[in-house]
Amino acid sequence: MDTQYAFLPRNALDQLLDALRKAGFDRLVGPIARDGAIVYDTLTSAAQLPHGYRDEQAPGRYRLHQADSGRCFSWANGTQTLKPLTFAPQEVLWHCERDAEGCLRFKNPTVNHSPTAVIGVRACDLVALRLQERHFLGGRFHDPHYGARRESLFLLAVHCTHPAKTCFCASTGDGPKAAIGFDIALSELDEGFILEAGSLRGGELIRTLALDDATERQRELAKTEIETAALQQSRSLPSQNLREALYARLEDRHWDKIGMRCLSCGNCTAVCPTCFCHAEHSVPTLDGTQTTHQRQWDSCFTAVHSYMGHFLVREETRLRYRQWLSHKLASWHDQYGRSGCVGCGRCITWCPSGIDLTAEVAALTRQETSHV
Amino acid sequence: MYNPDLPLEVRVVDKIRETPSIFTLHLEFTDPDIDLEYRCQPGQYNMLYLYGVGEVPISIVSDPEHRGPLEHTIRSVGRVTRGLDRLRVGERIGLRGPYGRGWPIREAEGRDVVIVTGGLGCAPVVSMIRYVLRRRERFGRLVIMQGVKHTDELIWRKQYEQWQRLPNTQVLLSSDISGPNWPFSVGKVTVLFNQARLNTRKSIVMLCGPEMMMKASIERLLALDMPPEAIWLSIERNMQCGINHCGHCQVGPHFVCQDGPVFHYPELAPWLGVTGF
Repeated sequence: MDTQYAFLPRNALDQLLDALRKAGFDRLVGPIARDGAIVYDTLTSAAQLPHGYRDEQAPGRYRLHQADSGRCFSWANGTQTLKPLTFAPQEVLWHCERDAEGCLRFKNPTVNHSPTAVIGVRACDLVALRLQERHFLGGRFHDPHYGARRESLFLLAVHCTHPAKTCFCASTGDGPKAAIGFDIALSELDEGFILEAGSLRGGELIRTLALDDATERQRELAKTEIETAALQQSRSLPSQNLREALYARLEDRHWDKIGMRCLSCGNCTAVCPTCFCHAEHSVPTLDGTQTTHQRQWDSCFTAVHSYMGHFLVREETRLRYRQWLSHKLASWHDQYGRSGCVGCGRCITWCPSGIDLTAEVAALTRQETSHV
Repeated sequence: MYNPDLPLEVRVVDKIRETPSIFTLHLEFTDPDIDLEYRCQPGQYNMLYLYGVGEVPISIVSDPEHRGPLEHTIRSVGRVTRGLDRLRVGERIGLRGPYGRGWPIREAEGRDVVIVTGGLGCAPVVSMIRYVLRRRERFGRLVIMQGVKHTDELIWRKQYEQWQRLPNTQVLLSSDISGPNWPFSVGKVTVLFNQARLNTRKSIVMLCGPEMMMKASIERLLALDMPPEAIWLSIERNMQCGINHCGHCQVGPHFVCQDGPVFHYPELAPWLGVTGF
């Protein structure tokens, strides 16, 4: 099947939203500028998109600026990834009822996720989604909670043209062009959008819009913008496979230095699109007749993450940072056949100490950081 | 919706007090059909759920092929296990499992089975010992070495003494600190290695207990020319899901809840005893 490239004029963006609603996606989610950041929220009209906003990101710093531009996707990312839409921050796993005789009845939760279209998904987050699918759906135990949420999603990616200073997806091979996992991908140009289908249902939706083909010039321009976005990235990881390099340096003294700066706050794991750790809790009702068993995002930076009844496996912060980084960049290869980092740079931006993963890897592997 | 995470109801049919802080629960599914279907391997564990409090992974002590209640020996140390300790016969809890990789039964057939345990570490291998004893002809000698810190920490003393009287079976016990009425050895479990009649060419070793004790034992075994490939061990980590998802139990590349809790020593060797993993 030849990929078709259709052109959607900028003023017709609402038609795309209408077509999604007509296709049965009751809920539209997209980026909105709110509280000084780009956040994903319910979208009712294209006017809510962050027109003209640029993001300025650096270690421990995130600022939004209004620029003189009519574009709505000229920013890199916010704190949120696709993750909360599939791996929910809190999820009910099951319920249990206890009757007067003490008999227990276990019940599955009622699941009814309305079909949702997400607009403005980034390449890095699509790869991260694929990695989480591998974790929750690809193993011996299929996670029905994750599966039901994933099935409810229709994904409209936007190729990145404005990377932040913290982005390094070009070096991980995961961006800035969205390559996998989308239903429709958009390239934003000044005059509008080029639409390309990534799935059969994406192609059907594009056909309902009855658009003209994008011109050769428009496609060239879009391609150049994406290539430039890759070249603009100033951070990088030295290799897409750091397994051997990190396994060889598990006792390096540099971990102590990071441990002195790391606050063990868990921000990096909360914003990371691939982190999957979660804790399970039982939440009983006050009258004691029912209880809800739920999971909640956890972080390997907390003490209880490695709690063993009479001791903690990772009492010191340096050991928690080493666990996180060596899992993400080294043991992930053993577990899932590739690195667990997609180069989104969120862990750098949202670290209150400004710890920069790319700089720490460079220091650990004794190479000069590529950041300028 | 098929939910791999959904517990089944079990009833406490017996409760044995082993020591002031260690107890054994005998559990039976309230649905007899499940009771017939349930299958496990020595070395596997179940997630036990105390209503309204939470779940804990507990290894299965009973012989997997013996039709009867499932036995779980538990030390009362945390929120859930202290609650389980207060259960009375007839009360109901949740159970899901069995989970994880058990002991290498096939590899063990025809070989001498050497068991090395420390403290309550014996619980995960007891089902293996029972398995061997019920199918005695399939295995060579059975050597059991058990170390405890204090003599009063030894549970199942009568059982050890019973096993000691069986043919082709050697049971060696040691305690770090000796007390009255202790006819066995004094010192770490490694002091027993000189007394054990080990044939390193035809043995399979199964270890369970504190990791430092296992590490020291393995060093001693390797020095005695035991091949690393003949050594298996069971380890513990924080486990909340049991199905490879929650991430707590990772040791380097391994998810202990599914890749273990029983590991082939060469797989775990780079990580054993490394602080933080």
